[in-house]
Amino acid sequence: MSVSAAAGATPRVALMITCLADMFYPEVGERIVRLLRRLGVEVTLPTGQTCCGLPLFNSGYHDEAAAVAARTVTIFRDAEAVIVPSGSCAWMVKHEYPGLLRGRAEAADAERLAARTWEFSQFLVRRLGRTTFESDVEGPLAYHDSCHLLRGLHEGATPRTLLNNLSGAAVVPLPGSDECCGFGGSFSVRLPEVSTSILERKLANLEASGARCLVACDAGCLMQIRGGLARRNSPLRALHLAEVLKS
Amino acid sequence: MTEPLITTPLRERAAQALGDRFLHEALDIATTRFIALRRDAFGDFPEGEALRDRARAIKEATLQRLDAHLETLVANIERLGGHVHFATTAEEAREIVLDIARRTGARMAVKSKSMATEEIHLNDALQAIGVTPVETDLGEYIIQLAHERPSHIIAPAIHKTKGQVAELFSRELRRPGLPADPEVLTKIAREELRQKFLTADLGITGANFAVADTGTVVLVTNEGNGRMVTSLPRVHVAVMGVEKVIPSMTDLAVFLAILAKSATGQKLSVYTTLVQGPRRPGELEGPDEFHLVLLDNGRVAQLAGPLRESLYCLRCGACLNVCPVYRQIGGHAYGYTYPGPIGILLTAMLNGPASVRDLSHASSLCGACADACPVRIDIPRMLIELRREVNVRGIAPRSERIVFKALARLLRSPTLYRLAARIGRAAQRPFVSDGRIRALPSFFGEWTKTRDLPSIAARTFQERWRDLS
Repeated sequence: MSVSAAAGATPRVALMITCLADMFYPEVGERIVRLLRRLGVEVTLPTGQTCCGLPLFNSGYHDEAAAVAARTVTIFRDAEAVIVPSGSCAWMVKHEYPGLLRGRAEAADAERLAARTWEFSQFLVRRLGRTTFESDVEGPLAYHDSCHLLRGLHEGATPRTLLNNLSGAAVVPLPGSDECCGFGGSFSVRLPEVSTSILERKLANLEASGARCLVACDAGCLMQIRGGLARRNSPLRALHLAEVLKS
Repeated sequence: MTEPLITTPLRERAAQALGDRFLHEALDIATTRFIALRRDAFGDFPEGEALRDRARAIKEATLQRLDAHLETLVANIERLGGHVHFATTAEEAREIVLDIARRTGARMAVKSKSMATEEIHLNDALQAIGVTPVETDLGEYIIQLAHERPSHIIAPAIHKTKGQVAELFSRELRRPGLPADPEVLTKIAREELRQKFLTADLGITGANFAVADTGTVVLVTNEGNGRMVTSLPRVHVAVMGVEKVIPSMTDLAVFLAILAKSATGQKLSVYTTLVQGPRRPGELEGPDEFHLVLLDNGRVAQLAGPLRESLYCLRCGACLNVCPVYRQIGGHAYGYTYPGPIGILLTAMLNGPASVRDLSHASSLCGACADACPVRIDIPRMLIELRREVNVRGIAPRSERIVFKALARLLRSPTLYRLAARIGRAAQRPFVSDGRIRALPSFFGEWTKTRDLPSIAARTFQERWRDLS
């Protein structure tokens, strides 16, 4: 963990809001901005953002995904650091952009962007070295590993560090926390019955955990899990990590 | 090229499987157990991670000189008095085995568990020429009695509960009232099979590995039936994909150290059988004839193809056990010989990209498969690659292509993106209550049938940004 990087000049970050947070969960973006500002970070929002292109890429529309990636790379070209509130979008930028744009004019920018992009919890812990926050919600909380953050970016530690250090809310383990929630982008509507069946397993594990609130770092998982909880009129909640940390 | 086993659409097959309560129970118990056993096995084995890297490197290096290793293997097996046959297609492989059966006057063939012989649909072919195939692995025996196909690479009857097996044995073996007790049922299968071992003229196996520089065919099994199949009948035929050759015994040690741990969580399987040609003068057991059928069936083309990495596969089944989709629908719903994440890749390899038009999407791309794979095959990446191939070749449904091209257009233009948000807000109005959407028409209904959908916010984050500054 590079805590030393926290020292020095005011960090400046560009927020990549992502399409799901932009359209469906704008409050997540607002909380991130407030929190970062309180920590002395200067936040910018480069204009003209749409989506990282992951849905196109995962469905095999790679030329189309590359065109979207090229736009995104250009928009964020001058950013010192980029922060993303979803593990899957961060994975797309860090893991897939360089390959998609290889041989194109944006190739070098894509490499640079990949190296400077952080998922939200990673930025707090690994870049800023901030691990202690107050909780804004009542516990107990349980953490769900989103697949791209855990297996794509190999990050299971930073969200847990933040949750375990929270004051004001207990954290309980979630059985099968590393198992998929069944979202999978277009998978959720191509095979909706299977997707829902996988979700039911996740919800059963959440109930068994004794937590009152599931916490995740990916808007896709939250859409799926919240959608399932709401349909069942469950008293349990599913929140983005940024909604848990007091800003 | 092998035909699909089922022709109903994937989504229907999956829905059918989801509705099967017994299947659900059996899968849940078995895969949960396999996952825990594998985790514990590697947890107690700190060298495991380095050995996985080593195994992967061996596979890669071997495939780079596959022709040379196969030549060495052939020379050594022939030196030991065995015969080697090369089959380009499934049909050729079947013909080779049938020829051997005819020539040796075989009437009954005992079989040890083999996915390669499933792949070439050997049992039906044997039956057609009057040779009775008898599966002797307990799981295979169960599904043969049930007239089914394996639903898992290493646990072919994983989809059956013990109660179902008791009923099946009671009915098919005419032993009414058998209890759902695995020990009793296993004992009965053993009695039934004992006589078959003694009368069979032909023993048919697959192979987990073939060691080139010693000419050794290696079988990894748990029940002892493999050893009977390779030693009692007059003739032993092993059918093996060409990619399973490995250079040396040293390499074998690397694979054996991780294979059983990945498959069943065992340190080693109960039996590791090393077969070196037919019985030699002075030896007490072993067949008069030994044949190895080397099967291509689309593999060689992938040496330079996008599915190359899937040729590393050890057929351990770990990716099936951890796959959230497999755990819900089981193996039969995939519709081809090889189920699960790796099965989709192998189906494409054997049957071409059209066969995985829908199947390539039977994955949430969660990556659990790649994590569990002992040789770290990047299955999700190849699934995405298959989806790309399906699109590029125009195999994907037209409607889907139109939707994705339109989405791509929209995501390239912030103006269109903003417009879409506005249109979406207006269009959703009749369906929103309390900020949630419970039912939507047409395509969107696929989501809302079982889940609420959040409504598009009154103001998007980008529209709110000015207030934040």
